[in-house]
Amino acid sequence: MKKTDVIIIGAGPIGLFAVHQLGIKGLKAVVIDNLDKAGGQCIELYPDKPIYDIPAVPECTGEQLTTRLLEQIKPFKTELFLNERVDEVDKERDNWVVKTNNKKEFIAPNIIIAGGVGSFEPRKLSLKELEKFEGKSVFYAVRNKEHFKNKKISIFGGGDSALDWALELSKFSKITLIHRRNEFRGAQHTLSELRKLEKEGKVSIKTQCQIEAFDNEKELKSITIKFEDGKKEKILTDVILGFFGLIMKLGPIAEWGLNMDKKTIEVNPKNFETNKKGIFAAGDICSYPGKLKLILSGFHEVALASVECFKRARPNEKYKFEFTTSSKTIQNRLGKK
Amino acid sequence: MPKITYKDFRGDTKTIEVENGLTVMEGAIQNEIPGIDADCGGSMACATCHIYVDEKWLNKIPKAEEAEEDMIDMAFEPKKNSRLSCQIIVNDELDGLEVTTPEKQT
Repeated sequence: MKKTDVIIIGAGPIGLFAVHQLGIKGLKAVVIDNLDKAGGQCIELYPDKPIYDIPAVPECTGEQLTTRLLEQIKPFKTELFLNERVDEVDKERDNWVVKTNNKKEFIAPNIIIAGGVGSFEPRKLSLKELEKFEGKSVFYAVRNKEHFKNKKISIFGGGDSALDWALELSKFSKITLIHRRNEFRGAQHTLSELRKLEKEGKVSIKTQCQIEAFDNEKELKSITIKFEDGKKEKILTDVILGFFGLIMKLGPIAEWGLNMDKKTIEVNPKNFETNKKGIFAAGDICSYPGKLKLILSGFHEVALASVECFKRARPNEKYKFEFTTSSKTIQNRLGKK
Repeated sequence: MPKITYKDFRGDTKTIEVENGLTVMEGAIQNEIPGIDADCGGSMACATCHIYVDEKWLNKIPKAEEAEEDMIDMAFEPKKNSRLSCQIIVNDELDGLEVTTPEKQT
């Protein structure tokens, strides 16, 4: 179990800036995120889209904002635990114990939840009954290519993931690529390669159609797709791969006993503490009268929460407000001489 | 003010007045119409404000841009008349517009 001053849930812009605000006060933190990289929605939803309302930054993209925040918190050498979803939060005397889906454990007097709209999870196929095949013959990611050799694979989606894996797996499996419309948004050169393979009869591409049914037996044997004109076709399939991007799900946060308002966590706007002492929420996931879901609001929220975190992590020390411009202590922490 | 009718997958309808210039998504969120999540807040980045536009209105709304179609690929049960409600801006010509929300957004 790793001990720290503050456990930050969410590596989006607010979680990252929390590291800064805690760091200049001399507090240690860890950051946990379900995605495989830092940046949250900024990196997952709009890495290339411009943001115009970061103070003193007239224009930057989601990716640039993330890169700059990571740069800004470098001096604090904070550990980021990625690909980890926080599942459980339990009280242990004056501390909180956090457990992830991969059984990692952390303990700290404070938690800052900067979870945006929740954790990113793969979007699934609309046929709910397919759930029972998940992890056996229905997948939403390729972790180990070996599992996909010598199979009849139906790949759904029109983006880069669908095209790339169709091409890659076609080397040793029979691929049917299925997409709801004629246009693919993935890289066109990958598509032309696939079209070439299609002409050679090595890959089959079906468009303007969606999954309608599947062989509901013990094992997946075939699926039926339905075209826009109403025609149906049966496709022998023992593996389905779906690439529909990611969706945000509130997930386990709803079960931690926090006062919620729909999908957001109610906080006291004085210090952004929730109804549980030592658990704070900031950024899009918190709600209070007048809340605006802006990145700049989140920055303010973690600044205030970090003061309360200090009081809880250092009960015997007096909190002293300082400016980064003039405080030697802060400048030392930032590695400036 | 133009009236917009939101129908849910069961067929229950709610008609509300939405100010010109707002999006069909904003009209729904501000009036607590269920069935539209709009997780990304209207930046065309999440496909959780997905709706079906009544056939007779399809031609009266500016066509979806490519980026919107790309997002609709990721929506739950997309159809030919699928749109993202954050991309439909209300104006007087849309008075009477009828949209249906899907059974769920994710």
